[in-house]
Amino acid sequence: MQSQTPSARPLSPHLQVYRWRYTMALSILHRATGLVLSLGLVLLVAWLLGIANGAASYDCVMAAFTHPLMRIVFVGYSFAFFYHLANGIRHLVWDTGRGLERKSARASARVVVVAAVVCTILFWIVVCVRYSGSVA
Amino acid sequence: MAKFRLPPNSKIVAGKTYKAPPGAKDVRTFKIYRFDPESGENPRIDTYEVDMATCGPMVLDALIKIKNEIDSTLTFRRSCREGICGSCAMNIDGVNTLACTKALEDIKGDVKIYPLPHMPVIKDLVPDLTNFYAQYAAVKPWLQTRTPAPPDRERLQSKEDQEKIDRPAACILCACCSTSCPSYWWNGDRYLGPAALLAAYRWIIDSRDEATGERLDALEDPFRLYRCHTIMNCTEACPKDLNPARAIAEIKRMIAERRH
Repeated sequence: MQSQTPSARPLSPHLQVYRWRYTMALSILHRATGLVLSLGLVLLVAWLLGIANGAASYDCVMAAFTHPLMRIVFVGYSFAFFYHLANGIRHLVWDTGRGLERKSARASARVVVVAAVVCTILFWIVVCVRYSGSVA
Repeated sequence: MAKFRLPPNSKIVAGKTYKAPPGAKDVRTFKIYRFDPESGENPRIDTYEVDMATCGPMVLDALIKIKNEIDSTLTFRRSCREGICGSCAMNIDGVNTLACTKALEDIKGDVKIYPLPHMPVIKDLVPDLTNFYAQYAAVKPWLQTRTPAPPDRERLQSKEDQEKIDRPAACILCACCSTSCPSYWWNGDRYLGPAALLAAYRWIIDSRDEATGERLDALEDPFRLYRCHTIMNCTEACPKDLNPARAIAEIKRMIAERRH
């Protein structure tokens, strides 16, 4: 039996009360990093435009890219890449029907986060060692 | 489009406080969502101080004690008090579970109790499950056959085949999983949700069922099945330790594999 005024029924709280668990956190971070990766392509296009328009424009783009704030952006972008990659592999494994038990899903969540952080750190160590002194 | 904030008529306001009886030594505070459809007022949180010296061990024991001794207007569903009927499903301490099987000692601090999330509330902790049951019915949760049954006996099944449906068939339809799923929150009108999909899976893998193809056809839809993004809240929430997330992944795999 339907109420005569079902629209008057309040909606029970959801995001407001649900405990923030690793499940939701990793899922929304996967989306967020995917979005960041797409938006970051604008920077790649800017860089390519800089190259295409000659030395002066390239210098201009590189001046912007080597700004300290931009370095933070690049570190964040590389983390987004490694997180999205690691969690994407996790999703691929899930799609084969494996690793979906509570225990293994919790374990793989930990692996993904640690892998993303470690890969980001290693990546920047390699960059700093190989290109120290140059612009990048 | 997902609406992350509650509509104006659903915003929660401050409620009443019921003090513990004088002399009570072991007092626990319960903060419980209240909505009275006849008052025309917004939902509120009432605070009950309960003397734990005379209270049973489970959340349901405390709810019944409050209703019997403190505030008889508190409304909630309950029946079996042993985790098999699924009536007392609610959001306790931030997670969907059954009040009858959730021990109070496993909760730290104040006990916060809300109705199942993102559902129309009929009264207090009682959500409207009409859509949820309609989705269950939509997956045709019964045996479908074309061949005539053997004249002298039931449709038999091997022990191994029976074991495949053992777990998914243990679902009690409490709705803890579906109402824990953010995807179901945002698209509950078109996404079937983990409970209905677990039921669909139970019939898809049943060796006696002869409508497997039609069942998969009915699910092959961007919303009905594929709004599952493997968030895993369902499997984390299930009070019966079932695995709707794996059932959904298996359905997706079967649909992908039958193309070859």
